[in-house]
Amino acid sequence: MNKLNQLFSKKNKNILSVYFTAGFPKLDDTAEILSELLTNGVDMIEVGMPFSDPLADGAVIQRSSEQALQNGMSIAKLFDQLKNNSIKSSSAVLLMGYLNPVLQYGMEKFCKDASGLGISGVIIPDLPLHEYTLHYKELFEKYDLANIFLITPQTSESRIRLIDDCSSGFIYVVSSASTTGAKGQIEQSQEEYFERIRSMNLKNPLMIGFGISDSKTFTKACEYANGAIIGSAFVKALSGSNDLKASVNKFITEIRN
Amino acid sequence: MKFEVNEHGYYGNYGGAYIPEMLFPNVQELKEKYLLIMNDASFKEEFDLLLKDYVGRPSPLYYASRLSVHYKTKIYLKREDLNHTGAHKINNTLGQILLAKRLGKTRIIAETGAGQHGVATATVCALMGLKCIVYMGEIDIERQAPNVARMKLLGAEVIPATSGSKTLKDATNEAIRDWINNPVDTYYIIGSVVGPHPYPDMVAKFQSVISEEIKTQLKEKTGKEDPDFVIACVGGGSNAAGAFYHFLDSGNVKLIAVEAAGKGVDSGHSAATSILGKPGIIHGSKTLLMQTFDGQITEPYSISAGLDYPGVGPIHAHLFETGRATFASITDEEALEAAYLLCELEGIIPALESAHAFAHLKYLNAKPDEIVVINLSGRGDKDLATYIRHKDLANE
Ligand SMILES: Cc1ncc(COP(=O)(O)O)c(C=O)c1O
Repeated sequence: MNKLNQLFSKKNKNILSVYFTAGFPKLDDTAEILSELLTNGVDMIEVGMPFSDPLADGAVIQRSSEQALQNGMSIAKLFDQLKNNSIKSSSAVLLMGYLNPVLQYGMEKFCKDASGLGISGVIIPDLPLHEYTLHYKELFEKYDLANIFLITPQTSESRIRLIDDCSSGFIYVVSSASTTGAKGQIEQSQEEYFERIRSMNLKNPLMIGFGISDSKTFTKACEYANGAIIGSAFVKALSGSNDLKASVNKFITEIRN
Repeated sequence: MKFEVNEHGYYGNYGGAYIPEMLFPNVQELKEKYLLIMNDASFKEEFDLLLKDYVGRPSPLYYASRLSVHYKTKIYLKREDLNHTGAHKINNTLGQILLAKRLGKTRIIAETGAGQHGVATATVCALMGLKCIVYMGEIDIERQAPNVARMKLLGAEVIPATSGSKTLKDATNEAIRDWINNPVDTYYIIGSVVGPHPYPDMVAKFQSVISEEIKTQLKEKTGKEDPDFVIACVGGGSNAAGAFYHFLDSGNVKLIAVEAAGKGVDSGHSAATSILGKPGIIHGSKTLLMQTFDGQITEPYSISAGLDYPGVGPIHAHLFETGRATFASITDEEALEAAYLLCELEGIIPALESAHAFAHLKYLNAKPDEIVVINLSGRGDKDLATYIRHKDLANE
């Protein structure tokens, strides 16, 4: 069974997923951040593969990606780092990034290598359902990688059902019509949207992401979904850090309270 | 037609719609409705009337006699520079804004490089009374100041793109991010045959009026519809797509797409995508683009802001791959020389982008009785400062 499915069968509430950009703040920080997150009991980790033109990202992740690329990060480099610090057999780690670097690495090689390193799934925002089904579905299935799809407040009910049918792992519920980044709070209209999705009784677990930044927004999101995903706020917390271990610990402790 | 998109939005291996889910409802709506709207009789009537009375179409097809003597062949210029706002861009913005209105959108966004598309968008927004926001790279804001002033005068808000290379690619990223954040009331008027399906096809169709007119006008002037050559510059490729469109299935017409070599194709400062690019994904479509070994998009370079783009529209990737069009590239220096020559021989100051197409004439070796049509995509007012600076430098 894929480790994502294992995770959701063991635990179905308050699942904390954290995103960070590989190679940021420094090129070789990836492994340390990953292991600190696991030490702190984070349930799921999304490792960002930086891209020069991250269309769906707000300022914080844009800047971390730019810095990571300047530091020399690439998919090949990331896989090297993950090889030396192998992902524990039980931890659910996903890769998140944009399609072009993956295509240049080679889609089949990417799936094979990622799977070999213990990666459970992939989130590629600019690989929508149609193109995925047309070109890449078989490869993902061959290597037991979940391809995670996004839904938004504008996604129609029929499309949500279609995405539910085509998903494995979980569905990524984008909290508002927005690029990544903190909004501060969760509005009434967002709660109505979360409730609408929850009441659809989808087959796949739900994880809410985008704009989840602190304990309050995390807890609120968890009322409506199996868990929530924190990205920009964590990346921001790392950017000024001179003690990664302490920064990760402080950030996660605050979220869990 | 052999060069139309298929039902998935592909030209051969290129095209598609590689968009984040946030954009899906808008792009899907467009995909379902664009052909219905464009083929609707009342839409056509309104579009054609505005093209005639507002844009000033048909644009003349002008026999450039002194240039013809110089190059020892027969050269006709398709005068898109004489359109209202000074370039071909308005053919597309007018079409798209009529479409946006029919979709009930009230807020218009656009990206711009040289500022021509931004001006053409600001213009039609004023015409229709719609709010207009234009994203423009910080570097382009500096080098195309007159167009920035024009957009502001026309009531548009110009927002600098400060990420990445601070040029057209980054302005496009910012426009796409804006659309993600404003999914309900906003329509994105893309300025070239780029972006997710159905944009490349839609923009090509709006620009196809160029080749439709060339056919009629050439027939009147020479007795035959088909020239031997059609030459156009390629940034994203909209003026070229429009100039080629009705000749695509006429194999006897040689189509030449001219890219910006910048300081030279091998200099590391170039925008010659067909030579330097590889297949990949940019701004929602699979096409040729300039990128690193790892798939990071490269910062292109050209003296001309409108050609300073690391990709080409998927239709051009397909024309390149199939050999239907020949791709050439022209350096900054060659483009400047060609612009000065056109000023001297014909009394026409071309846009720097268009000057690239003219510079290719010296490599063409056309026969004396062959007919060459050059798409003069825009006028050079916006480039005066660059032209004068380089002339002064040459005279020192
Ligand atoms: C006059 C002119 N020609 C050509 C271009 C290049 O665009 P395209 O390749 O889409 O025609 C521009 C773009 O700004 C332009 O202003």
